[in-house]
This record gives sequence, structure tokens and C-alpha cells, in this order.
Amino acid sequence: MFGLNQKDTKFLLIVVALTLLTPFLLNPFPTDSAMAQFNAGYPALMQRFAIYGLMAIGFNILFGLTGYLSFGHAAFLGVGSYSAVWMFKLLSMNILPAIILAMIVSGLFALAIGYISLRRSGIYFSILTLAFAEMSYRLAYSVLTPITNGETGLQLNLNDPRILDGAADTSSLPVPGLFGMKMNSTYTLDIGAWSFDFNVGFYVCAVIAILGFYMSLRIFRSPFGMMLRAVKSNQQRMNYTGLNSRPYTLAAFVISGIYAGLAGALLAAMDPLAGAERMQWTASGEVVLMTILGGAGTLMGPVLGAGFIKYCENIFSKINETILHSWFSFLPDSLESVVVWFFARFVGEGWHLTLGVLFMLIVIFLPGGLVEGGQRIASWWKNRGKDEDSSNQPAE
Amino acid sequence: MGILEVKGVNKRFGGLQALGDVNLSVKENTVHAIIGPNGAGKSTLLNCLVGKLIPDSGSVMFDGQSVLGRKPHEINQMGISRVFQTPEIFSDLSVIENVMIPCFAKRDGAFRMHAIETVESEKDIVEMAEQMLLDVNMQDKRNMHAGSLSRGDKRRLEMAMCLVQNPKLLLLDEPTAGMARADTNNTIDLLKEIKAKRDITMAIIEHDMHVVFSLAERITVLAQGTPLIEETPENIKGHPKVREAYLGEAQV
Repeated sequence: MFGLNQKDTKFLLIVVALTLLTPFLLNPFPTDSAMAQFNAGYPALMQRFAIYGLMAIGFNILFGLTGYLSFGHAAFLGVGSYSAVWMFKLLSMNILPAIILAMIVSGLFALAIGYISLRRSGIYFSILTLAFAEMSYRLAYSVLTPITNGETGLQLNLNDPRILDGAADTSSLPVPGLFGMKMNSTYTLDIGAWSFDFNVGFYVCAVIAILGFYMSLRIFRSPFGMMLRAVKSNQQRMNYTGLNSRPYTLAAFVISGIYAGLAGALLAAMDPLAGAERMQWTASGEVVLMTILGGAGTLMGPVLGAGFIKYCENIFSKINETILHSWFSFLPDSLESVVVWFFARFVGEGWHLTLGVLFMLIVIFLPGGLVEGGQRIASWWKNRGKDEDSSNQPAE
Repeated sequence: MGILEVKGVNKRFGGLQALGDVNLSVKENTVHAIIGPNGAGKSTLLNCLVGKLIPDSGSVMFDGQSVLGRKPHEINQMGISRVFQTPEIFSDLSVIENVMIPCFAKRDGAFRMHAIETVESEKDIVEMAEQMLLDVNMQDKRNMHAGSLSRGDKRRLEMAMCLVQNPKLLLLDEPTAGMARADTNNTIDLLKEIKAKRDITMAIIEHDMHVVFSLAERITVLAQGTPLIEETPENIKGHPKVREAYLGEAQV
């Protein structure tokens, strides 16, 4: 089905089901329980899971398949956001034209940067992309202020033209929508002690992310994807086999740039403003971390990595010392304050420390990322109680 | 007129004259060996043929067209395949994928964006690659990871990757370097088998006289960047000039 073999179809359907059921899966704890702070099923976070998952899927087409490590993908994210906000300002609050323009502009931008950067490989390529992204960031911050509104960031205005929308009421800022469905509208379902949020914005992001995942699955299984893996494996052999590796890498670069631009457009669609900091190198580094953490070159890995990092960022950073004190109140006072002091370094402001430690542990012990961890658990589960050795190939 | 014509090729690296006025003619459907002591310029000559180096002067014509200034992938598309000293394969890919990639290159040219269909749906390519694996007796290793093959099998696979493109000229750069005697003999048998099965021109750069005399129909002896003589194997053996060039190197 869908041009895929049976195994991949099953895999795709599982991913679709998990994505669509996210509001349930991420809210496992009753609203009033002490564990409720670990619930991640609120709209803003779920949107981010889908958006950054999409960006990581695209990044993985470049990094996972060809091995070219770009440190400048945040530039495309930023370009996508700016394009989208301009569409909201000039044309319409409908997100479709915004998404289309963002994909076109980021694709062209990736074509220009990739054409130059891909003349080098390895570390030089990484440095070139990093330099271009920093350049874009600085330009957006200062020189290009008429387009990017510099430090303040590009925002909607009551007197923007919005040609297609016509004159609306001018009392409040309009909200991006898709043919009348507002991105911020949420339906809350209460079942017993639980409550689940179904947000239009999340489902728009989720459907687009699923489409992006499907495209990436097709690319992975196609001859084109095989050529990209050949680039990573042995470029010399590839050239002496009569294949020009440059257009292959450039195509992968542009595709991943378009994914990033699309993610940027969705960020703007959820919250219609675009700032230069979205293009900073830390944002580029984040998508690299997501991909490696989840498992570069695997289909699911980047999405898991994105979810993992965004979860840490939003959940661990919310935990403060008061909460820690309530957890450890059973301990004797002197011990409690020591324990709380220790754990306080890893939560709240210190969530980066948690992420750093986890990242190191994963890279050292699970070089294949979270996906490898999952595979190890799965094969352990399959073989428990059995003696025969298993050489079954783990699925991607 | 040979399929490969090298005329007056010079190549200089700083003060070193690596190739001095090299003339070479490889006839169609022959096995032509290029031998010579270390530093004779064999590898430099080969690199000039495949586009890795550009000679300072002279001409290299293949099948009536000049190869100078062309990139390696363009030269391959003209019909020259190359086997490396250490097997160059796609070690992260499976054996069958390794053979399918050259099939795609042959059918679709240097670049094609075929991102929609799956690899398995390309029936003719799969068939072609499987037939090739059968020809080199590797069909049982079809789904193995190429990186985990034995060294002999890697060599075999690399040959398969070159042959599946049906090249007009196969260049072999010391195909038995660093191999044990048994592996060397296997490689010789494989090459003989290939030669018996199809019309193919081979140019072999080799150090091992055993390999050269088992395979070659013509031999060019290179010394200090210049061809000394070009002869049949019978006439090369014991030739005083060759003896001089190789003195103390090997028994000729």
C-alpha cells in the first residue's frame, strides 16, 4: 500500500496512529495528581514535538543518509518563519500560502548555500554551513531590519494589508487559520480525572509531519536514497562508478532545507512572529543533537530525539526547588537539603545539564541512539528464556 | 590503432619527472600489463587515465575521444572501469546494493532523481545485479553486509561492480597486492574466467610477475617514467633491458 512493502506500510500506520493519539499518550496522569507535571499533552508542547520532529526528519535525509553534517539548518528554519509571517501580513491569515512560500524560499536559500558549501566535505562543509547560518543570523538581526524587523522580530500588525482577507474588525490581531479553523482553538475532553486537549494547530502540524515522514520513508527506500547512502559509504567508488556525487548531495541538502523551512512556517503559523534568534547556531546545534540522540540514519530516530529534547526542555525546566522539597520531604531535614541541592542542579535552569549528561551516556553506550536502545530491549525481550543465538536483522 | 592511445604524456611533480614522454597503445580485447619497479610511474600513469591527474602535456585518447580534463565519473561513463589496489566497495551497503548501484549508473547516467519508486520495483536492475552475482559465484552472499566480506570476496565484489557495467576497458591497479598466494591464484582464475566469457580489454598494473605472465598478452615495461619496451610475455622474459631495470627487485 502507498507504494511501500507490507512491513513499511505497517510501520507507517503505527506512526500515524501514535501521532494522532498523541493527546492521549502524553497525558497519562490525572490532572490533579502530583505526577501531572510530567504530562506533556498540552497544545504548545505537542505542536513543538510535531514541528521539530519534522525538521529532524528532514535533517536526517541529509545527515543520516549522506553523512554531511550541516551546522546551519536553523537558517532555513528562520527563513521559513520570516516568509510565513510576511504572507500573514501581506496576503492572508490562511496558513497554506504561508507554507508554500516558506518552502519555496527556504528551498532556494538552501540551493544557494548548498551549492557553495558542498564544494567541501567533512569538517569544512560543517564550518561553511555554520558560517552561512551565522551570517544569516547577523543579517537578520541588523542589516536586513526592513525585512526582519531586527531585534524586535517580525510581528503582525493591525494595519497590515492582508489583501485576500479583506477588511476585518480592527480591534484585535487575527489568528492564523486553515479555511476558517483557527490554529489556537482547542477542544478539551474530560474523562474522569483526566483531561485531554485536542488542538487544531497540533493536528495540522501532525498531518504535515506524517506527510513529511512518509516522503522520507519513500526516499529511504528509493534508488535515490540508496545513492545517498553510497555517498556516505564511499564517495571515491561512487565517482569511479560513473555517478556524480555533487548533485545527489545538493538534492539532499535542498530537500532537508525545505523540511526546515516548512518547520519554520509551522512555528510561525502556531505563533505568528519570527525572530532572528531562531537562526542562531544553538538552534542548528539542537537539530543535530536531536538526530544523533534518536539515531542518525534511522527513520524513527530523529523524531524520538526531537521529542526527547523538547520534553526535557519543557518538563525538566518547570521543576523547581519547591517541588523537589515536596518530593524528598520524607528524608531527615539535613539530608533533604543536600539531596534537593544536588537535584536542583539538574532541573529548572539546569535542564541543559540533564540533557548533556543523557546525551553523553547515549553517545557512549548507545552509538545508534534511542533507536538502538529500543532494538536492544526488543531483541532481549524476544530472546529471553531462549538459548539459540539470534542474528535477525533489526528493523530500521 | 588501439582502444586506448597514450601519446607523449609528461607529468612532473615539482622537481620529479614522474612520467617522461610515455607512449602506450592498448589493443582492443587484449590483456595489457604495465610493469616496472617501484617509482616507475605506473600509478601516475593510471591516475592520468582515469581523470585523477591531468598530464602536463601529451594526449590520452580512449575510443577516439580525449579523456583529458574529464572527471572520473565522466570517464567511467565513456566505458572505463577501475579496480583499486585495496578493494573500494560500499562497505555500509549490502552486496546486492553494491552491484545495483553501477547498474543504475549505467542505465540512468551520472545523476537521476529517482526518489519515488522503491529499489525493489526496478525489476530489470535487480535481475541484472543478481545475474552478475551468479557469474562471480556470490549469489549466496546476496544480502550480506559488504563490509563483513572476506578480502578475497571484496575483490570479487569490486570486479562484479565493474563488470556489470560492461566496460570497454577495465583498469586494474595491482589487483593482487598484499594477497596470500592462494588468494592471488583465485584472482588470476577469476580474471581468466572473465576474459574467457566476454569481450573485454584489460590494462593491469602489477608488481607480481606470476600474475603478469599468467594473464598478459602484451607487456609494457616502465622505468623511471619512460616505457623501456613493449613486447609479448615470451620476449620479455630474460630481456637484458628489463633485467637491468629490475636488478635485485624480482626474478624475471
